[in-house]
Amino acid sequence: MKSTNIYPLAGIALFALAAPVLAHNFSVGKIAIGHPWTRETAATQTVGGGFLTIRNNGNVSDRLVSATSPSATEVQIHTMSMDGGVMRMRQLKDGIAIPAGQSVELKPGGLHLMFIGLKKPFKQGAKIPATLKFARAGSVQVTFAVQPVGSTAPMEAGHAGH
Amino acid sequence: MPDIDQSQAEGTGAIRKLLWVMAIVAVVLGGLLYLGLEKKGAEKSASTVAALPFGGPFELARADGSVLTDKSLSGRPYAIFFGFTRCPDVCPTTLSRLALWRKKLGADGNKFDIVFVSVDPDRDKPADIGAYTEIFGTPIIAATGTDAQLAQIRKGFGVYVKKVPLDPSKPDGDYTIDHTAGIFLMDARGRLSSIIDHHEAEATALDKLRMLVG
Repeated sequence: MKSTNIYPLAGIALFALAAPVLAHNFSVGKIAIGHPWTRETAATQTVGGGFLTIRNNGNVSDRLVSATSPSATEVQIHTMSMDGGVMRMRQLKDGIAIPAGQSVELKPGGLHLMFIGLKKPFKQGAKIPATLKFARAGSVQVTFAVQPVGSTAPMEAGHAGH
Repeated sequence: MPDIDQSQAEGTGAIRKLLWVMAIVAVVLGGLLYLGLEKKGAEKSASTVAALPFGGPFELARADGSVLTDKSLSGRPYAIFFGFTRCPDVCPTTLSRLALWRKKLGADGNKFDIVFVSVDPDRDKPADIGAYTEIFGTPIIAATGTDAQLAQIRKGFGVYVKKVPLDPSKPDGDYTIDHTAGIFLMDARGRLSSIIDHHEAEATALDKLRMLVG
């Protein structure tokens, strides 16, 4: 019956939702960062996108102001939008506001970090170190898990190579 | 009312007859033409939005240095996408989706080509785009061209491309490219079958691809 079937489904759904959060996390002050990830890149590719979830557990808003990485010449904060079938990407010079008590997702199709001038290609399974700087919470070192190029969402750590 | 004289009445009768004949001929011809067109349409273009060739003529350079033209692509359906290798999100997402859909379509997946055209000839040389498309794990025809060649194919497909400096205060510095992000589906006769939008649901995209190869 319906009522008996729904529980295992709900369990799976809850687990699936929770999995990325369980993957790998970082925090600084009231800022919690969930599973930063990036995609593998081709040998001749000089850029890569960075994705992560940023949660502000405090009651004062904060702002991601910049990012750096020893694996890239520069890391920029970007937004991407689709406008009448045209993709437009723009640099966010002022960073990204992280309102109090809220989460902001950097994910494909929207906000992202852009690693520019890769020192070497991102290989599947590697961890790309980076430092994120917040206006209020300060700086935090994180690592971006390199996932297969076809990824559209974070995978649980350790399963990236399947 | 003035009387109608005899000759005028005869003339009107003859014209009336002629008009009837013309009307019947028109109806018969129209019907035949319609049936003929419909039959022809049912043979080949049931899934094609425009009956005329689209996109071409164009000529580009493939990653291996050979020439790619609308003629060399004809005879087999293809899915064509315009982008650049320094595009961190939409381009790898789209090419990965095409690779995934090809896999999901099974045997049908091998009935169309995937074409990637770099609209960034200053930074993407043919060899670069070849290495770039290799990571998607499926055969992709990578091509680019001179500014003039790219202008021609962009015009043919109605593709919007605009270089935008990443830092507005440094107009000659690093740039990104605003570009049309849809996938054009072309049938074996070089006609536009459909377009897959960047936000298209997977089920719809798969249906469009099945229609393309069907």
